[in-house]
Amino acid sequence: MDLQETVEKLRTDMPATRIEPSIPEAKIVDKSPPIFRIENVDFYYGDNRALKSINLEISERKATAFIGPSGCGKTTLLRCLNRMNDLVLNTRVTGNIELDGKNIYDSSTDVIQLRRRVGMIFQKWNPFPKSIYENVVYGLRIVGINKRSTLDEVVEKSLRRAALWDEVKDNLHKSAADLSGGQQQRLCIARALAVEPEVLLMDEPCSALDPISTAKIEELIHELKDTFTIVIVTHNMQQAARVSDYTAFFYLGELIEFGETGKLFTAPDKRQTEDYITGRFG
Amino acid sequence: MANEHTDKRYEEELKKLREEILYMGGLVEDQIQKAVKALVERDSELAEIIIERDHEVNRLDVDIDDLCIRLLALHQPAGRDLRFITTGLKITTDLERIGDMAVNFCERTLELNQEPQLKPYIDIPRMASISQRMIRESLDAFVREDTDLALKVCKDDQEVDDLNSQVFRETISFMIADPLTINRAMKISSVSKYLERIADHATNIAEMVIFMVKGKSIRHVKELPSSV
Repeated sequence: MDLQETVEKLRTDMPATRIEPSIPEAKIVDKSPPIFRIENVDFYYGDNRALKSINLEISERKATAFIGPSGCGKTTLLRCLNRMNDLVLNTRVTGNIELDGKNIYDSSTDVIQLRRRVGMIFQKWNPFPKSIYENVVYGLRIVGINKRSTLDEVVEKSLRRAALWDEVKDNLHKSAADLSGGQQQRLCIARALAVEPEVLLMDEPCSALDPISTAKIEELIHELKDTFTIVIVTHNMQQAARVSDYTAFFYLGELIEFGETGKLFTAPDKRQTEDYITGRFG
Repeated sequence: MANEHTDKRYEEELKKLREEILYMGGLVEDQIQKAVKALVERDSELAEIIIERDHEVNRLDVDIDDLCIRLLALHQPAGRDLRFITTGLKITTDLERIGDMAVNFCERTLELNQEPQLKPYIDIPRMASISQRMIRESLDAFVREDTDLALKVCKDDQEVDDLNSQVFRETISFMIADPLTINRAMKISSVSKYLERIADHATNIAEMVIFMVKGKSIRHVKELPSSV
């Protein structure tokens, strides 16, 4: 429709009925059901209590950002969500972390299965010293899926989802090490997506990337959250503001404030949050 | 604002923004006071000075806008700083409009001064002093982050509205009684309307201050809340 037509249409379509005056409420992100329910979680590195009575619900198919100064516990909590901290010696966790209503710290939990459902992307990309193709299908081969047509399909689907397909489709058998940093990080995302996880944990996924690669990953997060639940730890507050629906602010092992991102970055409820997001923390 | 910013240069620029807004506020307040003086004392020379001085108000409007945009672009402010800067942008627009109203006021004054005085000015100076007080208090509320004072300003607006209606009724009765007074009565009615608009702009500033401090808007509500 050209401009003239639009104007004509507006003229004829304007309703002449009385409209009740109203003040639009601030836009609130639809609250979806929680996929993770974190209850009274404490975490200890030896005697050091790194997390203090954390209570938090993470909504399904939304992006949740964890922010806070170094040492505030945000990465520790992220790593609790797929039991990565089990790999750190002399640590202990108390409280409940439920994934779809089931405590993941229960003795009956299959940790390998848990990490398939809850994938992770790290600060420093870590592709295997293999081809692009083999990197993506690695998780499938481990569980015994080797059928060529299935693998081909998964490779294309995962690389497309990770917004890398167009850049590598003609070089799938080249070494992953030949890719740029941003491409390697997207390859790691594709590798995580290949096993069809429900949740993607991202620990500072862009902190070592240039602005263009960062923008690509952020755009990717926007697309992925229609399908997956995303939890991202970031030092970059503007990034948290750009990509997430909800933000949790941590300080000294405590969850200070959790809320809708738009609200938290314009009018937070807590003074400590306000000081942190405005750069008044010293 | 307690708790200094870690970035000192940013802190300095925020401080500068606050000072510029206050200076602009002080200037428009003075413009109104002198505009009314020019009317009451039939001082056409003073009215011309006020009209000339509006350039200074306009310059501040442009400068403060530039400063706000620079702060937004360079520091990506959030939270209280974001609310402060966006409030600053809106406040200057209101202050600039108040400055224009003072100019319109003086233009009518110059016209009125060429004819014999229709009536003694009683309600107009009262309206002007309330409007001026409202501007001062809205900016005090801005500096001290005082929402109670801001809410008081919003409530005071009614007083100016009532006086404006009174002036309007009075000028109508002059016009009915003697059509020869229509020209002057219309102009008096206009200056009263300018003051009423000035009070509205002060109310806008006060409403923005409430948003800045509390992060919630009380604009366009049917009834003002008793507290915020």
